[in-house]
Amino acid sequence: MSSRRIFARPARFAAIAPYLWMMLFFLVPFAFVLKISLSQTAIAQPPYDPVFDLTAGWDALKTALAALSIDNFRLLISDDIYVFAYVRSLTVAVTATALLLLIGYPIAYGMARLPKSWQAVAMVLVIVPFWTSFLIRIYAWINILQHDGLLNQILLALHLVSQPVVWLSTDSAMYIGIVYSYLPFMILPLYATLAKMEPALEEAAGDLGAPPWQVFWLVTFPLSLPGVGAGVLLCFIPIVGEFVIPDLLAGSNALMIGQTLWLEFFTNKDWPVASAAAIVLLVVLLVPLLLYERLQKRQLEQGR
Amino acid sequence: MRKVSRLSRFNIASLTLGLAFLYLPILILVIYSFNASRLVTVWGGWSLRWYHEFFNDRAMIEAAWMSLRVAVSSATIATLLGTLAAVALSRGERFRGRTLFSGTLYAPLVMPEVITGLSLLLLFVALNAERGFWTVTIAHTTLTMCFVAVVVQSRLGSLDRSLEEAAMDLGCDPVRAFVAVTLPLIAPAIVAGWMLAFTLSLDDLVIASFTTGPGSATLPIRIYSEVRLGVKPEINAICTLVIALIAIVIVIASLASKLSSSRGESAAPL
Repeated sequence: MSSRRIFARPARFAAIAPYLWMMLFFLVPFAFVLKISLSQTAIAQPPYDPVFDLTAGWDALKTALAALSIDNFRLLISDDIYVFAYVRSLTVAVTATALLLLIGYPIAYGMARLPKSWQAVAMVLVIVPFWTSFLIRIYAWINILQHDGLLNQILLALHLVSQPVVWLSTDSAMYIGIVYSYLPFMILPLYATLAKMEPALEEAAGDLGAPPWQVFWLVTFPLSLPGVGAGVLLCFIPIVGEFVIPDLLAGSNALMIGQTLWLEFFTNKDWPVASAAAIVLLVVLLVPLLLYERLQKRQLEQGR
Repeated sequence: MRKVSRLSRFNIASLTLGLAFLYLPILILVIYSFNASRLVTVWGGWSLRWYHEFFNDRAMIEAAWMSLRVAVSSATIATLLGTLAAVALSRGERFRGRTLFSGTLYAPLVMPEVITGLSLLLLFVALNAERGFWTVTIAHTTLTMCFVAVVVQSRLGSLDRSLEEAAMDLGCDPVRAFVAVTLPLIAPAIVAGWMLAFTLSLDDLVIASFTTGPGSATLPIRIYSEVRLGVKPEINAICTLVIALIAIVIVIASLASKLSSSRGESAAPL
């Protein structure tokens, strides 16, 4: 037996503890979300009905099971508020991801063309803001975008506008916040594929007479598609469920689903509807989530 | 033969603008935390007034202390479990339930936080657990474990496996080979994973809001409720302190990986 295979056996045992942890704290909770999404709101502690009580015996359990219903899901589909929230979440996520790709690609491309020793420095520079707090970064933008904030002061001083522009509580502020927060997630996978690319391919295309834009469209961009896919998924999925950024930067007249869920849960104390909203969100994100899983697995397990 | 210039003017411009976009807002925030004026937008000279205000704000200090304790404990548990998971996935070859394992392990990386937070809270309610320090710690461990696993796994993937095999050919059993050979080599990645888990926990608002109980708010929860009421210079000071703390953590992390690279190993890929 090769030593590689001998090593594998105890390595498998290492999976037990994290496996059990993820089962208990990540998979099992979804069963509770599903169960409570089928319950009714109640003025009680916990605020839903029925509550399963396994000690109460079989008959009590059967009554409880019979009391489950899909009313909450009917409500989600029939009430415009929720439908609009899902549509808005998807629209915002698509727009923001497109913006991120548009802004992130040139930066990643520039990084990949730096001399090797500079590339490491540039990568650290891109990662560091990701380490500083998310909330702080949004707060930094509130500082800049407020009525008499720096941006308006600069615009006024340059005579580009005659009076302060309202930035806060607008969609533009929200998009600035999202692009700012998620930019490293877009740049890093793009950079990873672009840096691995053979420069001779671009040079060959250039030597054969292709103008730079054609070299880019016909050679560079198609070869970078795996990175584009990873970056897009890494941004799109969490943005759909985003709560903090739209809550602090966008107006309150059109809510995203993350905000609606939060509102149902914390303000209306309607746990069943919040759970149903979470289930629907999960179903909406199922395809991108599965795509992301496959990508992640391939990347980590094929080695680099 | 014409050589295509590697770095065009467009490349330089997009790099400069990109980095400026990433750093200017944070820089402005830090500078204004030293502003003497109560109005956040008017410059009134340098002052430490808002730091003073923060250190006299008992509720804020308590929240900061709670956040630090949660971050240290959850990062430590997550690093332990995440490293085990990474070892199992990169060295365990094939085992039953592997697909499900890697699936659940990586999912929290992109799962919207409102979903993770809500589902964990419902679990805690069903288990009748008292909400506070431990529930937030468990939630943050679940969230950050996958980040540790990704960092450590990518390091394990780039290691030369013949080193482990040589140790075993020379008579080490697998566990000893791992402890004596593999562990020192992946140590920088483990340190980096811990740091990442620590900062992610320190930063989280949504999951902590769901899983904490009355009277045990974390720092982001306090900051969030203040920010909703508008910009306050004290918040700038707190944010600057958090940034300083994280900067120290990053410096330690890079020193740790430097230290190991001076022992003849390349730095961790993070």
